[in-house]
Amino acid sequence: MNQLEMRAIYAQTLMELAAQDSRIVLLEADLMKASGTTVFRDRFPERTFNVGVAEANMVGVAAGLSAGGKIPFANTFGCFASRRTYDQFFISANYARLNVKLVGTDPGVSAAYNGGTHMPFEDAGIMRNIPKLVVFEPCDPVSLKALVIQSARHQGCTYMRLHRKAIETIYPENETFELGKGKVLNDGNDVTLIAVGAIAVAEALKAAEILIKDGISAAVIDMHTIKPIDTELVLQYAKKTGAILTCENHQVINGLGSAVAETLSEDYPTLMKRLGVDDEFGEVGTQEYLQERFGMTAKNYAACARELLKKKNNIQKKSK
Amino acid sequence: MEIEEVKQLQAKAKEIRKMTIDAIGYLGVGHIGGALSVVEILTLLYEKHMDVSPENPRKKHRDKLVISKGHAGPALYSILADKGFFPKEWLHTLNAGGTNLPSHCDMNRTPGIDMSTGSLGQGISAAIGIALANRLDGIDKKVYLIIGDGESNEGQIWEGAMAAAHFRLNNMIAFTDYNKMQIDGYVHEIMNVEDLNAKWNAFGWFVQRVNGHDFQDMNMAIERAQKELYRPSMIILDTIKGKGAFFAERNLANHNMNVNYETAQEACRLLDTPDALEKSL
Ligand SMILES: Cc1ncc(C[n+]2csc(CCOP(=O)(O)OP(=O)(O)O)c2C)c(N)n1
Ligand SMILES: [Mg+2]
Repeated sequence: MNQLEMRAIYAQTLMELAAQDSRIVLLEADLMKASGTTVFRDRFPERTFNVGVAEANMVGVAAGLSAGGKIPFANTFGCFASRRTYDQFFISANYARLNVKLVGTDPGVSAAYNGGTHMPFEDAGIMRNIPKLVVFEPCDPVSLKALVIQSARHQGCTYMRLHRKAIETIYPENETFELGKGKVLNDGNDVTLIAVGAIAVAEALKAAEILIKDGISAAVIDMHTIKPIDTELVLQYAKKTGAILTCENHQVINGLGSAVAETLSEDYPTLMKRLGVDDEFGEVGTQEYLQERFGMTAKNYAACARELLKKKNNIQKKSK
Repeated sequence: MEIEEVKQLQAKAKEIRKMTIDAIGYLGVGHIGGALSVVEILTLLYEKHMDVSPENPRKKHRDKLVISKGHAGPALYSILADKGFFPKEWLHTLNAGGTNLPSHCDMNRTPGIDMSTGSLGQGISAAIGIALANRLDGIDKKVYLIIGDGESNEGQIWEGAMAAAHFRLNNMIAFTDYNKMQIDGYVHEIMNVEDLNAKWNAFGWFVQRVNGHDFQDMNMAIERAQKELYRPSMIILDTIKGKGAFFAERNLANHNMNVNYETAQEACRLLDTPDALEKSL
């Protein structure tokens, strides 16, 4: 399969948007090379603002640009995009009902060698607490492009987790997407893996392949938007499979797992297990090492799916 | 300082520089630019000024260093290993899964590290807190702080600048590693920080500016700073990012670069040629 660099797709998409809409502007905080947007700067220098290592200022300035009628995209590492700018993003951008598109790169273990200080396992979670904010994380180049375009058109702030490395394409070129609507990547009857982001979705798909060899039919959903969560789809697959596994490159606290659990417990209590980081800080290592360390592998997902199925079958036996 | 002592420090700095290049080369990638620009100041502090003991890294009465530009960890690890805080073999575990030497300084993993850093701007506030705690406990020790010039874009640096002067923290001696580069380019092009002297001065600090690769100059500045009665000190170090590694020195891509091991070893060999030091001064 061909691998495409996510940040290149992101920059390309922003340039296409900017060519059509003069309101699109770009903000960076001394991580322009990392974000891959130097090409945007070269093409639209007057619409590019690098504020230096000053993330809080960047987001505040973005809010001001929005108040002035622009559509700002502001990028930095996810750890700083969330933790370092939270109040500025909360008040100046969201509370003020403006239109700032904040992007946090290097989600979770993809921060790898930058280590614990740079490894956001909580960014989507804390962002989920901001009223009306749309929080999403594309899993491949095709969904990235489509969702960035939607984010630009959305009236209001968004937060995107951007895995910026080269990854495989999952979706066909012309696939359509809608913020807030999950995608069923693989249908199944026994258990559902609801995943978000490049690492978890790819591993969940591989887990489904492992499981089918054991005769277990696993559905896989790409829940690219964790807020607003696609309640309808969650409930549909809870009813269909009776067992839900959530998979994320993030803390299980307040992330996708929490969002799904909240939906299920209120509307249709279902057996579930949340997979992700369990109340731990990040640490340094290769992405492969860290995926093992925090259980973000197809093997672990498959093992947990089998466990969950066992529980489900036991409960069904008892109730007979 | 006698010329003999300067020569010893230069020799030590060369060793530390080689250990740092070797460690990053062994891993294959790292923040080599900002690590190499602080080799001399770290050498001077740990060899001559700081009261620390490898046998008892957490003793209460000690000088402390907060390296706010936490990505310079590898340079600090070299000097700490050299002083015996941990075995030199650890240097080849940089960034490996489960390592005690992560890319950014971690006080809970590495003996001799006084503060966890990596999120730029935060170290100055931590250093202020340490200086205040020392004062409360009557601990007559210094806290040293190293910040980056790009890091000086952060608002928190200037909140700290105001506070340290306000609290009259004469037990705090800070350095700006003025290597003129940040990640995206030259500091004056990305987000200009000048006039640094005037800024720190206006905030109420005792400001000096010296060549950050010259031991004699730096030593005199530190000794003057140590005698300050009321003000915190800022010593602005004119440095060269990537100093001493031919493939990295002054190279705008040197912030976090791939380094192959053969190239690293070649750079170390070049440092041993007779005129290497003069050439790089
Ligand atoms: C709050 C924060 N924002 C961004 C980064 C990413 N980052 C690491 S180093 C760096 C540039 C720092 O430049 P400078 O202080 O000049 O460092 P040096 O040249 O000494 O390496 C940036 C933006 C970070 N570590 N922390
Ligand atoms: Mg610098």
